[in-house]
Amino acid sequence: MTTVDTPVKPSIKSAMTDYWSRIRSGDIGSLAAILGLVVLCAVFTVMSPTFLTPINFANLLTQAAAVIVIAMGLIFVLLLGDIDLSAGYASGVCGAVMTILVTNHGWPWYVAFGLSVIVGVALGTSIGWLVAYLGIPSFVVTLAAFLGFQGLLLLLAGEGGTIPMTQPTVLKIENSNISVTNSWILFVVCAVLYVLSGLRKMQLRRKQGLKVELMQLWVLKTASLLALCAFAVYVLNLERSNNPKLISLKGTPYIVPVILLILVVGTFFLQRTAFGRHLYAVGGNAEAARRAGINVKRVRTMAFVICSGMAAVAGLIFASRQNSISPTTGGSSTLLYAVGAAVIGGTSLFGGKGKLRDAILGGLVVSVIDNGMGLLGYAAGIKYIVTGFVLLISAGVDAISRKGSV
Amino acid sequence: MTEAILSLRGINKSFGAVHVLRGVDFDVYPGQVTALVGDNGAGKSTLIKCIAGIYEIDHGDYIFEGNKVSVSGPRDATALGIEIVYQDLALCDNLDIVHNMYLGREVKKGMTLNEAEMEISARKTLDSLSVRTVKSIRQTVASLSGGQRQTVAIARAVLWNNKVVVLDEPTAALGVSQTEQVLNLVRRLADNGIAVVLISHNLTDVFEVADNISAMYLGQMAAQVKKKDVTTNQVIELITTGKSAGVTPVGAR
Repeated sequence: MTTVDTPVKPSIKSAMTDYWSRIRSGDIGSLAAILGLVVLCAVFTVMSPTFLTPINFANLLTQAAAVIVIAMGLIFVLLLGDIDLSAGYASGVCGAVMTILVTNHGWPWYVAFGLSVIVGVALGTSIGWLVAYLGIPSFVVTLAAFLGFQGLLLLLAGEGGTIPMTQPTVLKIENSNISVTNSWILFVVCAVLYVLSGLRKMQLRRKQGLKVELMQLWVLKTASLLALCAFAVYVLNLERSNNPKLISLKGTPYIVPVILLILVVGTFFLQRTAFGRHLYAVGGNAEAARRAGINVKRVRTMAFVICSGMAAVAGLIFASRQNSISPTTGGSSTLLYAVGAAVIGGTSLFGGKGKLRDAILGGLVVSVIDNGMGLLGYAAGIKYIVTGFVLLISAGVDAISRKGSV
Repeated sequence: MTEAILSLRGINKSFGAVHVLRGVDFDVYPGQVTALVGDNGAGKSTLIKCIAGIYEIDHGDYIFEGNKVSVSGPRDATALGIEIVYQDLALCDNLDIVHNMYLGREVKKGMTLNEAEMEISARKTLDSLSVRTVKSIRQTVASLSGGQRQTVAIARAVLWNNKVVVLDEPTAALGVSQTEQVLNLVRRLADNGIAVVLISHNLTDVFEVADNISAMYLGQMAAQVKKKDVTTNQVIELITTGKSAGVTPVGAR
């Protein structure tokens, strides 16, 4: 016997009221990031003629990629209420390991990349062990690791040296595009899979007599998401070269499907598996999780392992984008941009709240500020100050919404 | 009279030089609510933690369903079918009701979580306890009232077919109507055949739902009595002085 969940008949209107009351109770989710993105884009479009051009749009995506990937790894750690300050340099170290193996020792890139991921996992395991089993605050452990990895990267690269990356496949990731036709094929395949999985989920739930999301609402959400993606693909497929006769530039950058793949796999782990559920539980109430029989220490270690493992993927992206690895790869503002991306996207610094897609939304916001202000000719100093303020505002919203809901 | 499902005999527990439990006997019966009362420091919490396996017993017998068992960790107690619902609830605010009820014991289908099955049986459990106060079982625990949270915590104990459910001060932080709801729920648990232990400072609550009253005084069991055999004043005397004229303890020593 199942009782009816809601007395009111579900409709678009009741769904809107529910959503509005969630927002008012402080659960704003990704709304801030989406609104911020729209406002920022509008402002920069008005102020700079080059901002809203296909070439700049493609640039934005490739610029943001490494930060987004680091932020996605970081979300696993942030969900626990911990932080990993070393993720930026971890990506530098992993990238250096890979680049040295490929450039100096002639290893195939995928073997070298696999090894760099193992290095990332090893780094993450040591950090996680120190935090979870020894009980040192993650802030201190990863601050120490931040310095340590910076030194390691310096030693690997050699004083003042850079390790060039010339392997064509690696360079392709950030510098080449999928052809126009293949971009559309990719879009259609993804869209069909997305719609089918959504429909299947609803059908299964309905068959078992469970409450199903309102059909109209689902159609509305799916259609607008797909329309947005289709528009993005359309823009990316426009010719963006200044001299198309000399060299043609069009199509979706390879990095886009790479990030989509990480998003899908990561989201699957977070939302559909017991491990993901335990991660949220530990972040929400570690004591409750422990009493429920969850191995809190193992979950915590795993989060750091995933974070550093993802940093290795970011290392690959850095190597591809910069055509090299230098002692500053993954340094300076990288990590803070990644933390900013996660928090701006809606992930809580207090743990227990956040989704992987936050990294993408927040990463785009950070990247738009960086890119737009660069186009307007502001000094790097101003860019840092503005990004710092945006991060502070998001963290403030996070803290206030937490107060409001408890 | 029904056979006790859980009996403790001559339980002793010391922390260093402090002798906290001194030869405590305690009996819990299926289908009945046994209230455990006593002043602060009387040893109620220590006794419960011994039952839960959080503390190991120094001396004494732990008898479950007629057999002597050794409980040396929370997992042993859980395996016997004993569940403690703590005062601070131990729910995760950021997860919804279904997730909380299945926390640590998720139903899986291959690698993924079987959300549908968990939702259906969580709903069934709440229905079997006649819980009607929860609007949607997919709402987060953060959005629930104190009474509703307590309900979820209790329902979680029921979901796993536990034989003994220990409730630590379930009504301490609740208003009048919510207290009433939770007490009704406690009564229904017992009516479903579960042995319920209710720790409470509130004698009104105790007299409303309990079948048996066990009063502790300075680390000893002052008396285990049937509710119908005693008055509130006698229980107060037991709590404050450890004895009361005219009270004959239930159960053999």
